[in-house]
Amino acid sequence: MKLELRNITKKFGDFAANEDISLIVNPGEIVALLGENGAGKSTLMNVVYGLLQPTSGEIFVNDVQEDFEGPGDAMTAGIGMVHQHFMLVPPFTVAENVMLGHEHTKGAFLDLDAARSEVRRVSEAYNLQVDPDALVEDLPVGVQQRVEIIKALVRDAGVLILDEPTAVLTPQETDELLGIMRDLKAKGTSIVFISHKLREVQAAADRIVVIRRGRVVGEASPEATKAELAGMMVGREVSLTVEKPPGNPGEPVLQVSDLSAADLEGRPILRDLNFEVRAGEILGVAGVQGNGQTELAEVLTGLYEGEVTGSITMDGKELTGRTPREILDGGLGYVPEDREHDGLISSFTVTENLVLDQFGNAPYSSGGVLKSAVIDKRADELIEEFDVRTQGAAAPVSSLSGGNKQKVVMAREMSRELRVLVASQPTRGVDVGSIEFLHKRIVSERERGAAVLIISSELDEIYALSDRIAVMYRGAIIGVVGPDTSRDEMGLLMAGVTND
Amino acid sequence: MSVAEAPAPEALPEVHIVPPTPRLVKVLIGLGIFAVVVFGFFTPSGEDVTFQLALGEEALALPDLTLPAKISAIAFSAIALLAAVGGLFAARKERALWPYSTVFGIFFVLGFLSWAVAGSTINLVGLLQGSLLLAVPLVFGAMSGILCERAGVINIAIEGQLLTGAFMAAVVASLTQNAYLGLIAAPLGGLFIGLLLAVFAIKYWVDQVILGVVLNVLAVGLTSFFYGRLLAPNQETWNSPPTFSPIAIPVLSDIPIVGPILFNQNIVVYLMYIIVIVINVALFRTKWGLRVRAVGEHPQAADTVGIKVNSVRFRNVLLGGLVAGLGGAFFTVASVGAFGKEMTAGKGFIALAAVIFGRWKPMGALAAALFFGFADNLQSVLSIIGTPIPSEFMLMTPYLATLLAVAGLVGKVRAPAADGIPYKKS
Ligand SMILES: Nc1ncnc2c1ncn2[C@@H]1O[C@H](COP(=O)(O)OP(=O)(O)OP(=O)(O)O)[C@@H](O)[C@H]1O
Ligand SMILES: [Mg+2]
Repeated sequence: MKLELRNITKKFGDFAANEDISLIVNPGEIVALLGENGAGKSTLMNVVYGLLQPTSGEIFVNDVQEDFEGPGDAMTAGIGMVHQHFMLVPPFTVAENVMLGHEHTKGAFLDLDAARSEVRRVSEAYNLQVDPDALVEDLPVGVQQRVEIIKALVRDAGVLILDEPTAVLTPQETDELLGIMRDLKAKGTSIVFISHKLREVQAAADRIVVIRRGRVVGEASPEATKAELAGMMVGREVSLTVEKPPGNPGEPVLQVSDLSAADLEGRPILRDLNFEVRAGEILGVAGVQGNGQTELAEVLTGLYEGEVTGSITMDGKELTGRTPREILDGGLGYVPEDREHDGLISSFTVTENLVLDQFGNAPYSSGGVLKSAVIDKRADELIEEFDVRTQGAAAPVSSLSGGNKQKVVMAREMSRELRVLVASQPTRGVDVGSIEFLHKRIVSERERGAAVLIISSELDEIYALSDRIAVMYRGAIIGVVGPDTSRDEMGLLMAGVTND
Repeated sequence: MSVAEAPAPEALPEVHIVPPTPRLVKVLIGLGIFAVVVFGFFTPSGEDVTFQLALGEEALALPDLTLPAKISAIAFSAIALLAAVGGLFAARKERALWPYSTVFGIFFVLGFLSWAVAGSTINLVGLLQGSLLLAVPLVFGAMSGILCERAGVINIAIEGQLLTGAFMAAVVASLTQNAYLGLIAAPLGGLFIGLLLAVFAIKYWVDQVILGVVLNVLAVGLTSFFYGRLLAPNQETWNSPPTFSPIAIPVLSDIPIVGPILFNQNIVVYLMYIIVIVINVALFRTKWGLRVRAVGEHPQAADTVGIKVNSVRFRNVLLGGLVAGLGGAFFTVASVGAFGKEMTAGKGFIALAAVIFGRWKPMGALAAALFFGFADNLQSVLSIIGTPIPSEFMLMTPYLATLLAVAGLVGKVRAPAADGIPYKKS
C-alpha cells in the first residue's frame, strides 16, 4: 500500500511538533524516520494513525485522501501501528489483548479459542513466542513488546508503523524483527520504522528520512555512514565513541558478598553474587535480558520484594534491610529500567519529577514547606544542562517524548553528589547525540570518584563505558572480564559458556 | 558467534512452589476461633434456642428446630472453623475458596444466632426473606456502580438515581393507578441523573466525586421540593401508587426454606435476578464487556484499536442510570407504596460499598449486597427479640466490612485503573 503525507502540521497550543511535513512511502518500501528526541516522529505517526488530529495537511492512502477521526478509521484504511509506549491492557490475557477491537464471537459470546489460535498462528509464523493465556501484567517488557508486534501483524496491515519496536528487544530478537520486516516488504507491505539504533536503520531501511525540530531536514541512503547520519540528525558532528581517560580506581565503595535472592514463590533469582565496585570505576553488567539484572538493581536499591540473603555495603555501611529512602539518602542514585512505571510520575510536571528524590531535603524545602523558587531554578538548570526538550518546566512529564523522559530521570539521579550510581538501561530510547552527552556525564561521575554500576543489554554501551564487565547468566555472575574481551567471547559468556 | 540463546526452561532447577495463604483464609480462621471461644463461652447453659424453618403458609413446612443453645453455639462455630481450615487446604491446592467461605458464613451466623437468640425463637425463613428484600435496592445500585466504574466513570450519584427512580415510580404509578407504568417510569428518573453525570464527567471533565455529590444533592432537592409542593398536599392523586404483590413461581416456591425466600417475591426481585445474571455474563463473556473493561483499564489502548472510548463510557453511564432508577422503584411500588422525603436513606452509598467489597464484579457485589441486607435485617429482628448487642453496632457492619475490604484484609482490591480519569484527546 502507498502512504503519502502532504504538508502535515501538528501544533500543541503554540508549539509546532510537526511543521509542513511531506512524506511518501511506496508499496513494499521500508522508510526509516530518524531524528532527535522530541523531533516529532511519534507525533507524526500518531497523526497518521488517527490518534491525533493534524492541525493542517492531508493524508493519502493508495492515492485516496483520508480523514481519520480516530484509529478505527486508520485501521479500516489498512494502517497498523506498534506504539512506542505499550498499548496493552495489563489485566487482560495476551489473547484478549490481541483480539480487542476485532473480537471473534460465537453467537453472542467471545470466542476465546479462536483468539488463542490466532495468536498461536502468528506467533508460530513469525517465531514470536508467547503464551496466549498469560496475563500481560505478568510479562517482562521484552515479551510485552512481542505481544504488541503480534497485535499489529494479526491485522495484516498494508502500511505498518513501527515506533521504536526494538528499544526493549534483545539483539537476537531485533534481528528476527528485521527479518519479519523484510518478509512483509516482499509481500508489498510498506513500513515506517523508527529507531535510534543506527545499525538497525542501516540494515533495514530502503530510504532514511531525517526530522529535526518538527521539520524534514533531508534524506539519506542506508549506505551513509553512522557519523553522517548522526550529523544530519543532530545538526552537528557527533562523536560515537566515548573519550575515556584510563581509570584510576580507589578504595571499594560498593561491596556485595554472598548475595542471593528468591522471588515470592521461592524461585532462585540471584545466586551467590560477589563483586565490588571501586571509587572511580565503572562496572558494566552484561547479559541477555531476564538473567537477574533487573532484580540485582532492585535488590541494591532496597526495592526488591522477594527474599534476600547476603550482604551489600556502601562505604562499609550495610544496605540490606534498609528502605529505599535510607539507601538513596546514603548517596546512591538509581535509574530504573522502566522509566514510565518506576522512574516518573507521569501526571506530575517536569520540575516536580526532577526533584522527586530530594524535595523533602534542604535546600528544596524547609520546615515541611517546598521552596518553589529554589526548585524552579534547579529544574531550569537541569533542563538546560541535559537538553530536555520540553515546552516548559511546568509541562506534565507525560507530554514529553520518550527519550526526553529518559533524560529527566537521568538528570534527576545525577544531580547530586553520589557515592554510587546504579543505572539500568541508562540510554534506552535516547538519540545518538544525547547518548554522547549522557555517556560523558557518566564518565565524569566516575572521574569525580563515584562507583558506577551500569546494567545494559546494549553491548555497545557496555563496551563504551565499562572498566570491567560482569556477565550474568541465570542469576549468577559467570565471569568478570576486561573491556578488551572480544565480542565472540562475550557472546559465549552470555550464553553461559565458560572456558575452563 | 552471535548473541546468546535464552536459557531453556527445562534446564532450570526444579522449585517446589507453596502459594502463600490468602488473607481471606487467615481472617476466616481467626473469626472461627473467635466464634468458638466467644459464642461458646458467653451463651448461658440450660437455655434453648428455637429456629423456625417455615413461614407457616407453605404446603410443605419443616418443623421447628429446638436446640440447647450452648451446645449448638459451640458446634456451629466449630463447623465454621473447620470450613475455614478446609479453605486453607483448598488454597494450598489452588482450588476455589468460595464453597468454603459460604459454608463458613452459614455456620458462623448460626453460631452467632445460637448465642444472640438463646432463650427465645427466631424465624430463619422470615429473617432471610426480609434480608433479600432489604438487599434489592443495594443490588440494583451496585450494578449501576459496576456498569459505570468498569468503564472508568465513578458513580457517587447512585443514591440520587435510586431516589429519583423511587419518586418517578410513585408519581407515575399514582397518576395512572398502574404499578407497571411506574416500573417503566422509574428507570427514566435514574437516566436523568445518569445523563447529567455523563455529560459533565465525560464531556466537561468535571471531577467525578464532586459531581456525584452535587447530583445527589440535586436529586434530594428536586424530589423534596415536589414532595412538599405536590405529593404531600395531594396524597390521593400524586402519592398513592398501587404496589406489586408477590408472585409465587410454581414448583420452585414450594421448595422448603429456599422457595419462600427466593421464589415468592414480586416482579422487581425477579428483574433483579435477570439483571445480575445478564450483566455478569455480558461483562465477562461478550465483546461488549471486553471493550467496557478495556476502556476502564487503559482507555488509550482501547482507542488505538478503534474503540470509541467516550461513547462506550457515555452509554454505560446511561445504562447505569437506568438500572439504578429501576432499583428505586423498589422503594415505592414494590414495598411501602408511598414516596417519602429522602426515603433512600443512604442505601446508594451502601451500594457503592457493595461495589468495592465485591471487587467490581457483579457476583461479588451481589454477595456483598446480600450480606449487607442480612446485617440490616438481623439488626431489626434482634432488636425486637432483645439481645445483648446494641443495634447501632449491627448497622455499622456494611461500613466496617468495606473498610476491612479496602484495607486489604480479604485480599487485593483494585479498582479499574482508569476509574475516575477523564479521557482527553488533542
Ligand atoms: N500531548 C502533547 N502535548 C503537548 N506536547 C506534546 C504532546 N505530545 C508530544 N508533545 C511534544 O511534541 C514534541 C515531539 O514529541 P514526539 O513524541 O513526537 O518526539 P519523538 O520524535 O517521538 O521523540 P523520541 O525519540 O524521544 O520518542 C516533544 O517536544 C513533546 O514534548
Ligand atoms: Mg517517540
